[in-house]
Amino acid sequence: MSKVRVLVGTRKGAFVLSADGKRKNWTVDGPYFAGWEIYHVKGSPVNPDRIYASQSSGWSGQVMQRSDDGGKTWNPVGNQFPYDGIPGTHQWYDGTQHPWEFKRVWHLEPSLNDPETVYAGVEDAALFRSSDGGQTWSELSGLRNHDTGPKWQPGAGGMCLHTILLDPSDPKRIFIAISAAGVFRSDDAGSTWRPITRGLKSNFLPDPTAEVGHCVHRIAMHRSRPETLFMQKHWDVMRTDDAGESWHEVSGNLPTDFGFVIDVHAHEPETIYVVPIKSDGEHFPPDGKLRVFRSRTGGNEWEPLTAGLPQENCYVNVLRDAMAVDSLDACGIYFGTTGGQVYASADGGDTWAPIVRDLPAVLSVEVQTLA
Amino acid sequence: MIRVVLPSHLRKLVQIEDELTLAVEAPVTQRSVLDALEAAFPALRGTIRDYNTQQRRAFIRFFGCSEDLSHEAPDALLPDKVADGSEPFLIVGAIAGG
Repeated sequence: MSKVRVLVGTRKGAFVLSADGKRKNWTVDGPYFAGWEIYHVKGSPVNPDRIYASQSSGWSGQVMQRSDDGGKTWNPVGNQFPYDGIPGTHQWYDGTQHPWEFKRVWHLEPSLNDPETVYAGVEDAALFRSSDGGQTWSELSGLRNHDTGPKWQPGAGGMCLHTILLDPSDPKRIFIAISAAGVFRSDDAGSTWRPITRGLKSNFLPDPTAEVGHCVHRIAMHRSRPETLFMQKHWDVMRTDDAGESWHEVSGNLPTDFGFVIDVHAHEPETIYVVPIKSDGEHFPPDGKLRVFRSRTGGNEWEPLTAGLPQENCYVNVLRDAMAVDSLDACGIYFGTTGGQVYASADGGDTWAPIVRDLPAVLSVEVQTLA
Repeated sequence: MIRVVLPSHLRKLVQIEDELTLAVEAPVTQRSVLDALEAAFPALRGTIRDYNTQQRRAFIRFFGCSEDLSHEAPDALLPDKVADGSEPFLIVGAIAGG
């Protein structure tokens, strides 16, 4: 019988939530790495027992962990992320130039076909790759060395490379997103990159349609349509159907188009999910009602999903890496909150229930669908 | 033998419960102790000293014989009682974070 394993990164450790395919009765294991910030935990799609975790603390910086038994046991692997060459500078909050400084790994993206290969998106923004199971890391420096690099600037959460999408139909194509630089594409396996921001508009920029500077919060792809991407930007929900050559807004009837997460149904490439957040200054749901919004039309027409979610006095946030979908039939949707709840829906979002209610603030949620 | 006490978050990382002992050849300095410590526990590399600069991380402190040794030069001799093992070399997480 199928099983699911939900990998949860929190401010104070990692948790593994497990259930059978009914997704009713859950086992909670953890905390792993208690007391450490776990920005992201993600398993290899080739070998689900191979899981990578990003562990960090204000005292001791970055540690990387790897499990080879599905998260039961872990071992530290390489934690050295050297920028290639002389790192140079990027724009700082006050407009001056500031040296690139490694701070932490935000996002891990295991290869689609090799369990030993994994990509890491880091702060200050750069992309690294390991081909030896995380023991050593090399920068794909064509990204950071792009001509626009000195114009990149940190968002409120730091200048983080937080999204990595690998094209399942073209092993040389990679999409990444950076707050607050924008979204970039490589068509040569990460050697060279270009911004793909045509159609994005950010009113906080001096030039709202500038090539870089957009605070992209998250992008998502359905593996059957890798040229179609969905984006939750600082404000605006966006869509492209030509691999980022042009974007158009699909915020439609959302109560607010600010938010962090966005994801795509596992079997319906035009069904997408967001969690609207009131504003950039008020990082909680509008009206104290925690609502997932679903569009079955690839955007523009959205319906609120509320069954089982708190509809009063709810003031949590849902951070950019804290939503995931499983590939069971019916598709399961999962998200975690800064209040420590992890909610699950086993019916594509129609109804929800908390798996756990009182974890530390949730930074990331991933799910593995196991045979 | 040099006695070393790690902060709790690093004891968990390397899965030890108490203080540890290291063989360190003279001269016994911050650098020689930390080099020996990282050789014995490679997972500690980068967690006490920055990888690139080899400087003490900002929120890590070094204490010994009731003195703050954090601002001593890396190659300065540690107190005799730390060097002869009668007092431990304390690696401490500063009051920071949450």
